[in-house]
Amino acid sequence: MSMTSTDAPRGGGAGGGRRPFFRRRKTCPFSSDQSPKIDYKDVKLLQRFLSERGKIVPSRITAVAAKKQRLLAQAIKRARFLALLPYLLK
Amino acid sequence: MSFYENIFIARQDATAAQVEALTDAFAAILTEQGGKVTKREYWGLRSLSYRIKKNRKGHYTLLNIDAPPAAVVEMERNMRINEDVLRLLTVRVEALEEGPSAMLQSRSRDDRPRGGRDREDRPRRERSEGFVAPEGEPT
Repeated sequence: MSMTSTDAPRGGGAGGGRRPFFRRRKTCPFSSDQSPKIDYKDVKLLQRFLSERGKIVPSRITAVAAKKQRLLAQAIKRARFLALLPYLLK
Repeated sequence: MSFYENIFIARQDATAAQVEALTDAFAAILTEQGGKVTKREYWGLRSLSYRIKKNRKGHYTLLNIDAPPAAVVEMERNMRINEDVLRLLTVRVEALEEGPSAMLQSRSRDDRPRGGRDREDRPRRERSEGFVAPEGEPT
């Protein structure tokens, strides 16, 4: 049979041979040792995880670990309550 | 005794001195009941992200507290009565942080590159979701 291929069925990323782009493994921005602490007072940091409408960006896009995403969401909500961050923009 | 962080927002027409006096009054309530205020930060008149009781700005004050729960409850009660206080939040923390909080630090590191480098090499999503990764920070 000519159709049999040796490589894994449509391997995503590294093994894929002719893939036009190579998706680097994203890592959680809060899980390394020198990464910043999630703090509801750190508006600059929290803003990076908001969309332009002011919504919390899903972790599948920002690559935040599930545990950290829960802490992050909590922190953003606290900051919103204190009017440091908006509930919605525009 | 347990550790707490308290932030309250005072009305925009209050003067800095009035806010200072308020803070003193609240701190006094805590010390009366055997508590301690380990740190006090006045963040100044900041603009609010949305209006609270017709105010567009507010004086933010952060207190780091080491006090029995009853004292904190009493202080919160007084804050709620006071009409100069727009909003308050008390959070129990495992440890009180020392040195200036992120809010005061960020003033000095304002000019650091935004977003970090790990954001630049993120591949663009194939699906057109109309979503732009959070590099376009709203300021």
